Amino acid sequence: MKKIIKKHPLAIRWFHWVNFPVLGVMIWSGLLIYWANDVYKIGFGDKTLIKFFPKNFYESLKLNRHLAEGMGYHFLFMWLFFLNGIAYVLYTIISGEWRYLVPNRHSFKEAWQVLLHDLKIRKTKPVQGKYNAAQRIAYTAIIIMGIGSILTGLAIYKPVQLNWLCWICGGYKTARVIHFALTIGYVLFFLVHIIQVILAGWNNFRAMVTGFEVEKSKEEIVIVPQDTVIETGNSGETQTN
Amino acid sequence: MQHFFKTIFTRNTKLDTGQLIMKKTVISFFFFFLFAGAAFWGWKWLRHQPANADGTRKPLRAALNFNESVFKGFVAKNHLAKEFPLSAAVKNVRVNGRDGLRTPLDSANWRLHVLRANGDTLSLTLEDIKKLPKTDIVFDFKCIEGWSQITHWAGVKFSTFVKAYGLEKESAMNYVGLMTPDKQYYVGIDMPSALHPQTLLCYEMNGAPLPLDQGYPLRLIIPVKYGIKHLKRIGTLSFSNERPPDFWAQRGYDYFSGL
Repeated sequence: MKKIIKKHPLAIRWFHWVNFPVLGVMIWSGLLIYWANDVYKIGFGDKTLIKFFPKNFYESLKLNRHLAEGMGYHFLFMWLFFLNGIAYVLYTIISGEWRYLVPNRHSFKEAWQVLLHDLKIRKTKPVQGKYNAAQRIAYTAIIIMGIGSILTGLAIYKPVQLNWLCWICGGYKTARVIHFALTIGYVLFFLVHIIQVILAGWNNFRAMVTGFEVEKSKEEIVIVPQDTVIETGNSGETQTN
Repeated sequence: MQHFFKTIFTRNTKLDTGQLIMKKTVISFFFFFLFAGAAFWGWKWLRHQPANADGTRKPLRAALNFNESVFKGFVAKNHLAKEFPLSAAVKNVRVNGRDGLRTPLDSANWRLHVLRANGDTLSLTLEDIKKLPKTDIVFDFKCIEGWSQITHWAGVKFSTFVKAYGLEKESAMNYVGLMTPDKQYYVGIDMPSALHPQTLLCYEMNGAPLPLDQGYPLRLIIPVKYGIKHLKRIGTLSFSNERPPDFWAQRGYDYFSGL
């Protein structure tokens, strides 16, 4: 027996799918800008572990020598990124969807269980609901990161006019580092997100497009004559995906 | 196939759950791919927009100009670039552009030419400019490439200069244009930014006359703009209501380039 269960409201699906290419353009144009002063690296002492980025990274992706173009795209698509993000946050607040998305007092403990389960260390399935604890933390964190990108972005964009904001962000150079680090964060989020979506399967992915999930119930509908006394059983237990 | 289309166009109430799932899935994905296609087409359209004479696709230039109209309102006399103690200023100041400086300078004959509204030209020597009150500034000089340096400059405030030479009529216009003596480098500055209290006609760096590669004898220091606007070796100052030509704006950069 199949059942249609509503999962994602249309608005949230819109915001999600609009954000995907917009963030893509922001990251791409951001790289065009970053190339002009690509000073960041991870290492200790004189030893560099990761250089952002090796020369052939720019060359193979044609990211070099397009600073002006990068700024043009970045400062056009920032509006879409900003407006879409604001719309999403306002929608979740007004509709009450935030209740499923914001971590509660159990989330941090449960997220640990989700992690152990996903790494196949722990067998018991964690509490799922619409979003599990790890998802709540991740999806709230990504919004905070988005706000961080907008604020640090504005701080770099108008460091004189918005000097108070630049100061809050730790100064011009620090704001630029944070802005960059957040972008690396999106890429890491994206990788984990894609893996999780693939592992979760079709039913879960389809819900992000159609809005509903299909619930399969093992139980058959049995028509029972009226006077019969039913023996107790495990009724009501369903398996959800 | 016929059965498939029949399902799509049958009312929900007449379908069983399996058919309903199929119908809703197909319709949702149809619109999903439709909008994905539209987004892709929109992107292709944007990427194929012809470039303006200024090297930027029209929609991008429109966005830059729109952003200017949003953010120029922030340019106010009380919004000052942060200033630093003298000790914070670096000794080795980065040199990042030689456009306009490649022609050898004829120091003896250098004059600042100010094109007045009535057609006259004021020709001023460095000594004339040095007679005006001097202002020091130590601020974080920001390059459009993304680096910045705390540097120490001194000169006369542009607003003071304008008053001292009776350029009220000129400074009521919308833009100031600056050009190197060889006309190879030129910038346009909106008047509110030019009259900003931290904007200097600068002749000293780190307490000494400007080095040649930093724009000797006179350069612009305008902390509310990126470095591309801080024109070195000023030859001519002009005033207009239309945007004066701007070297980097012609190469695709934002005309305003305000910080």
